[in-house]
Amino acid sequence: MTTGRKPIYLDYSATTPVDPRVAAKMIPYLTEDFGNPASRSHAYGWVAEEAVENARSEVAKLVGADPREIVWTSGATESNNLAIKGAAHFYAPSKGKHIITVATEHKAVIDPVRELEREGFEATFLEPDANGLVSLEKFKAAIRPDTVLASVMFVNNEIGVIQDIEGIGNICRENNIIFHVDAAQATGKVKIDLEKLPVDLMSFSAHKTYGPKGIGALFVRRKPRVRIEAQMHGGGHERGMRSGTLPTHQIVGMGEAFRIAREEMDTENERIRMLRDRLLKGLSEIEETYVNGDLVHRVPHNLNMSFNYVEGESLMMAVKDIAVSSGSACTSASLEPSYVLRALGRSDELAHSSIRFSIGRYTTEEDVDYTIRLMKEKIAKLRELSPLWEMYKDGVDISKVQWAAH
Amino acid sequence: MANVYFDHNSTTAIKSEVLNAMLPFMQSQHGNPTSRHVFGRNARDAVETARAQVAQAVGVQASQVVFTSGGTEANNFAVHGITAGLVRNGFEKGQILTSAIEHPCVSKPAQALQANGWQAKSIPVDENCRAKMDALEALLHAPSSLVSVMMANNETGALQDLPQIVALARAKKVTVHTDAVQALGKVAVDFNELGVNAMTISSHKIGGPQGAGALVLDKRVDIEPLLYGGGQELGLRSGTENVAAIVGFGAACELAMQNLQKYRQKTTALQAKLDAALRAMGANVFAEDANRLPNTTFFAFEHIEGETLVTALDKAGFAVASGSACSSNSGEPSHVLLAMGVAEDIARGAVRVSFGSTNTAQEVDGFLIALQQEVARLKQYSAIAA
Amino acid sequence: MAYSDKVLDHYENPRNVGTLDKNDPTVGTGMVGAPACGDVMKLQIKVNDAGIIEDAKFKTYGCGSAIASSSLVTEWLKGRTIDEAYAIKNSDIAEELALPPVKIHCSVLAEDAIKAAVADLKAKQGK
Ligand SMILES: Cc1ncc(COP(=O)(O)O)c(C=O)c1O
Ligand SMILES: Cc1ncc(COP(=O)(O)O)c(C=O)c1O
Ligand code: FES
Repeated sequence: MTTGRKPIYLDYSATTPVDPRVAAKMIPYLTEDFGNPASRSHAYGWVAEEAVENARSEVAKLVGADPREIVWTSGATESNNLAIKGAAHFYAPSKGKHIITVATEHKAVIDPVRELEREGFEATFLEPDANGLVSLEKFKAAIRPDTVLASVMFVNNEIGVIQDIEGIGNICRENNIIFHVDAAQATGKVKIDLEKLPVDLMSFSAHKTYGPKGIGALFVRRKPRVRIEAQMHGGGHERGMRSGTLPTHQIVGMGEAFRIAREEMDTENERIRMLRDRLLKGLSEIEETYVNGDLVHRVPHNLNMSFNYVEGESLMMAVKDIAVSSGSACTSASLEPSYVLRALGRSDELAHSSIRFSIGRYTTEEDVDYTIRLMKEKIAKLRELSPLWEMYKDGVDISKVQWAAH
Repeated sequence: MANVYFDHNSTTAIKSEVLNAMLPFMQSQHGNPTSRHVFGRNARDAVETARAQVAQAVGVQASQVVFTSGGTEANNFAVHGITAGLVRNGFEKGQILTSAIEHPCVSKPAQALQANGWQAKSIPVDENCRAKMDALEALLHAPSSLVSVMMANNETGALQDLPQIVALARAKKVTVHTDAVQALGKVAVDFNELGVNAMTISSHKIGGPQGAGALVLDKRVDIEPLLYGGGQELGLRSGTENVAAIVGFGAACELAMQNLQKYRQKTTALQAKLDAALRAMGANVFAEDANRLPNTTFFAFEHIEGETLVTALDKAGFAVASGSACSSNSGEPSHVLLAMGVAEDIARGAVRVSFGSTNTAQEVDGFLIALQQEVARLKQYSAIAA
Repeated sequence: MAYSDKVLDHYENPRNVGTLDKNDPTVGTGMVGAPACGDVMKLQIKVNDAGIIEDAKFKTYGCGSAIASSSLVTEWLKGRTIDEAYAIKNSDIAEELALPPVKIHCSVLAEDAIKAAVADLKAKQGK
């Protein structure tokens, strides 16, 4: 198989390329229209401010919000930190100090919650079912009188499953719990209508939806009004919720990216679903493969599969010609098996041998076919090398073998 | 739109070399630096190259630079993170001392910490915008945790005597942070020479893009993160790196260092010309006797509203600022001037000119003509009103 | 992770992949590691009457460095005596393959596999 060509990018969940239309829109705000939107005294500032407000409307439109409900941040990590710490601090005195979240959340949710635990909050990390979904019963059972906040992601970054946000949100409403949703992986992939969804706070990031890195937003509901404590204080930008000079060109980029998503997501998602199904069909022809996460409640962009009896890192080495990730690329490199897959009850071995293929705007049918061929060839080669595959083929039950500690 | 830009302390246009460095990372080089494939590795290499460039500009090792989304975040990170680190290491909560002229993104987080049992106190300044050393010394008699004094003030351009501030704080084993956002690229900024423990810098004030900044840390500082998550920046600042902006920041630092001499010569000459003319016109030039940034002049004419004058100047084609343009609340007279003891009615007249390296003597001449006309016209109105 | 050329070479073209008859009294089999740790190495040696290793085979489930380490030692083992085999140190392997610090344990695994194979052989022949 050919090497030396540029690898095929199948890691759209880690980050997406900036759409050329987005880049074209951004560049003037780096050059001639470079003003600081907070500058009130001259036209450079006004032009920048207008651009920022247009972008705010575009972001709001994609998710059915009012522009006044959108607060700019540096990305979903900051949005999550602001929402979780900000709401917990604000509402704890009146409601209590218990938080519900899910074991498969992104680190940018888990770690702020852990930080709150160090401050004296208590947290329940719900274990999802084996398909990655949180059942409403389990969620209800976790609620306590002092539950102040719940945080559940819309779309999981590793396995692409879509949680029942409406169902969970309704339960939160009934129990007077502030509900935060990390939607970093959802924009442009699932319909979001915040006018109807019972969600109080929602995090967004531009670079997962063909916008630039380093810009995101937090939706903060106005009716009924949701309050948060700021974590960055200063010039009082963003109605005091988030100070800091607004990076105009990036905001413009996010606005344009979200506009394109709104207009094109329906057709784009159909095309992507076709490609994903083609990939799934091809890879399913390989023996001993397992899809991780529910296939129905799932965005079409994601396919996460485990290839039994081959080890993850050597698998990654073998498939250098495609850019994919094992575990989540959003968390720093480590040799640990993915905590998300472990939370689904996957064995360490299967977790180790998982690959996330994420498909996007520039993926072609040829890319998918090439990937299938490459995977078939490389899996066969690695299994030839694998003592576990040999044992499996000999009918040995590997789970019964006594392994020496290592 | 105004075609002469004299508001470089607010934000700067990015240099073409900087834009060229950034463009690939807004286009084909789109990897996430955390990813282990070649797209990710290229992005990681770019971030690390930029880190070395930024480090070199302030005379530190690359590992001492933590990238943030800008100066505001870096200042909040410093104030929250250093104090949280002290608590984690078992220290008592002492005073947080910030100068009376700090940017709000230093003073506000300090005030916010009062809710958690910290004491925020303000270090007064003299009429030339310099922190009063005797006052600082007196404040330091009570147990203190952090001193934060900006290297250069964004409004007056006054430079502080940081080595002396550091000496006073060190004697009491107090950590020192400085906001050097306005100093970088305008005067020499050497982290080790200043002797501070932490320092904030920002990209968009030195010809780099908005959306990147850094906190420079001395290795003894045990700091807690402000943002938790994926563990980027050695766990000190989570969030996918803003690769393009960071690359731009690095390139801007390198350029700023190469051009520092020229920049200083050029802006010093423009400033001298402007200051002399302003004095001749009877304006108050603030922090006149302080060591100032070569590009910044903050002044006022009695009985003329700053906002009004600035709007008139904008119409005449000159973009300048009234009060501080970095913060979005207007209307209030500058807290910096009030802290310097300037009367409120004079403070309301304040106008800031901040030059950049592309400004010319002809532009200053043109500005002075426009200023004279507008001042004469507005004086007439105010005379009528009075 | 940047792999050295030698690791890549062994990984792309592993030497001596395969299986020897583990019931053969002249074959020693070592199986070390555990699937849950992400690495399992099976190393087999076949000795002749003079006590010289005349064949070595491996199969490895593990990262590229583990595959390269085991492939390399099968090359080294052939023609050596049991005692010489026993003396191979993980540091020799790590040095030859220029393994980074986080990958040292992959070479430890290979050393352990040699020792396990030798022990198995000695147990068989001691009988
Ligand atoms: C679900 C989810 N939340 C949050 C983040 C963090 O977003 P950002 O990189 O914008 O900080 C990511 C990915 O990085 C993500 O996948
Ligand atoms: C002295 C000073 N500190 C901090 C900042 C904030 O930096 P940033 O705009 O990068 O958030 C500014 C200006 O905005 C400033 O002038
Ligand atoms: S064998 Fe575990 S990382 Fe190499």
